[in-house]
Amino acid sequence: MNIFACIKQVPDTTTRIKLRGDGNGIDEADIQWIISPHDELAIEEALRLREQRPDSTVTVLSAGPERVTDSLRMALAMGADSAVRLDLPGDADSGMNARALAVAIGKLGQPDIVFTGKEAIDDGAAAVGQALAVSLGMPCVTVVNGIDYGDGVITCRRDVGGGNIEVIETSLPAVVAAQVGLNEPRYATALNIIRAKKKPIDTLFADELGVTETNRKTRLKNFELPPPKQPCQIIEGTPADQAKELIRVLAEDIQAI
Amino acid sequence: MKILIIAEHKNGLLSEATQELFGLPLGQAEVHAVVAGESVEPLAGPLGQLGAAKVHLIESPALASGTGESLGQALGQFIPQLAPDVVLAAHSAQGKDLAPRLAAALDAALATDCIQVSCDGDQVTARRPVYAGKATAEVEFTDDGLKVISVRPRTVKPPESDAARSASDASVAVEFPAQKTALKKIIAGGNERPDVTEASIIVTGGRSLGSAENFSVIENFADSIGAAVGSSRAAVDAGYRPYRDQVGQTGKVVSPQVYIACGVSGAIQHLAGMRTSKHIVAINTDPDAPIFQLADYGIVGDLFEVVPLLAEAAKNRSGS
Ligand SMILES: Cc1cc2nc3c(=O)[nH]c(=O)nc-3n(C[C@H](O)[C@H](O)[C@H](O)COP(=O)(O)OP(=O)(O)OC[C@H]3O[C@@H](n4cnc5c(N)ncnc54)[C@H](O)[C@@H]3O)c2cc1C
Repeated sequence: MNIFACIKQVPDTTTRIKLRGDGNGIDEADIQWIISPHDELAIEEALRLREQRPDSTVTVLSAGPERVTDSLRMALAMGADSAVRLDLPGDADSGMNARALAVAIGKLGQPDIVFTGKEAIDDGAAAVGQALAVSLGMPCVTVVNGIDYGDGVITCRRDVGGGNIEVIETSLPAVVAAQVGLNEPRYATALNIIRAKKKPIDTLFADELGVTETNRKTRLKNFELPPPKQPCQIIEGTPADQAKELIRVLAEDIQAI
Repeated sequence: MKILIIAEHKNGLLSEATQELFGLPLGQAEVHAVVAGESVEPLAGPLGQLGAAKVHLIESPALASGTGESLGQALGQFIPQLAPDVVLAAHSAQGKDLAPRLAAALDAALATDCIQVSCDGDQVTARRPVYAGKATAEVEFTDDGLKVISVRPRTVKPPESDAARSASDASVAVEFPAQKTALKKIIAGGNERPDVTEASIIVTGGRSLGSAENFSVIENFADSIGAAVGSSRAAVDAGYRPYRDQVGQTGKVVSPQVYIACGVSGAIQHLAGMRTSKHIVAINTDPDAPIFQLADYGIVGDLFEVVPLLAEAAKNRSGS
């Protein structure tokens, strides 16, 4: 099978966000970059499927600037066969990213299945999987936390909230967006991380992909940090007094109960 | 300006998040609603009362089980016929899946999970959280083509229904090409309490609960005020709660009116899921726990002592 995983590089979850001077983006100076957590599930699922199906290959794609190469190397260290960077600006909108990924996948061969994460934790847009599927003319199942693989079809469990699960069958080829629970991503061993340093990473440039600024439909601007919080009001007294006062606050001040 | 609201419904009722969309400041825009399903005609009345001028009904047995694929096909055919300037959907489980499909199929601009949306004349403004709510950013639309915007539930209050208002309605015929996906079944989660993404109050417990059984302390208090039960990842990983209750970066993103964190330290990945809550309460033995930096109200104390007293005080209050 020809298996693809599309990943995004994002700031580490613990990053303190600082805004750029012009307010139209963040200061990337001290950022530690990681593979977005749900995208690690996408890589892992691709690798597990390859293990089940002899003669399969896993290709990992990521759209973004030069820095993205590090995340692609991490995917190679996890076990992917090849990795390709699509040279797009870090602030490309989801439509540009999806279009570039679709064109790249078309260039790299007929896919049997494409995995993405259910969303990337930087913009949390949850858009690229569906948009990619539209561009590829494939069905798409999102927020998937379990898959049974059949012959030309897969049965996916979709997390639709409240613990409710939709069981969706789809023909292949298809795009599947991974949710927590799908698998436990493996760690790359130190040895494989060193080995991955020597592996080639191909680059496809925006003009080869036919994606330029003219394809842009949105741009994020005027970033704001949340307003400083009022200090916390600590409720004092005996536990019984504290409890009574908090319930009073909920009922009278906030009128929530 | 012409706006189309995609109305979501379940068991014959409009979802709360759909009703909220009518509460957005939409200026003088002409507001249409579209509702798709097996038999949805009875929803035209309530949509009119919320403020839709016209309701478009897409009825087909093919929509009974509402996969993203069939819904996307139906709306993808209808939207160009109406040619709105803006399509609004709730950023719910359904809307999250649908909005990007529509934007891609219609070559439209997309802004998901917005927490501010307004229309004034022919100007559309949208703002959304980025970096898990550590910042927000305005979405600039670079051309004046169609915009598909999904709005985070609980961003605004729904307007009062006005019985004096009504909408004209029209049915829309669409075709369904062969489906590649099929909904086989729905496995109900068996959660008797409200879901964390829908609740207006959430009581969350963390690792400090120590066992699944001890979560009854949290459940009793939640039940006394009609709240949902949330969980930190540490408590999910320890097997005290199912994943569906997890709040945070890799769990649910919630925005309730009140979020009550009991024995939760306030790790940055947890805050990522609840920082847009309107009011935050923290109960923790450690006065230096990071959760107090985000909280509006705090009790420094042992949750096993305080939380049962909260349940009691809530019951006494509602009983009086
Ligand atoms: C990539 C990634 C994603 C993650 N995603 C999530 C996520 O989605 N959601 C999430 O929650 N976490 C997530 N985490 C984990 C997160 O970093 C924390 O480990 C986790 O939130 C801690 O949970 P906790 O607050 O229950 O436990 P702890 O951090 O152990 O805190 C327990 C707290 O309870 C207090 N306490 C102890 N006993 C009592 C008592 N008797 N009464 C009152 N207070 C008491 C303590 O003072 C302490 O503050 C993620 C981590 C990573 C790396």
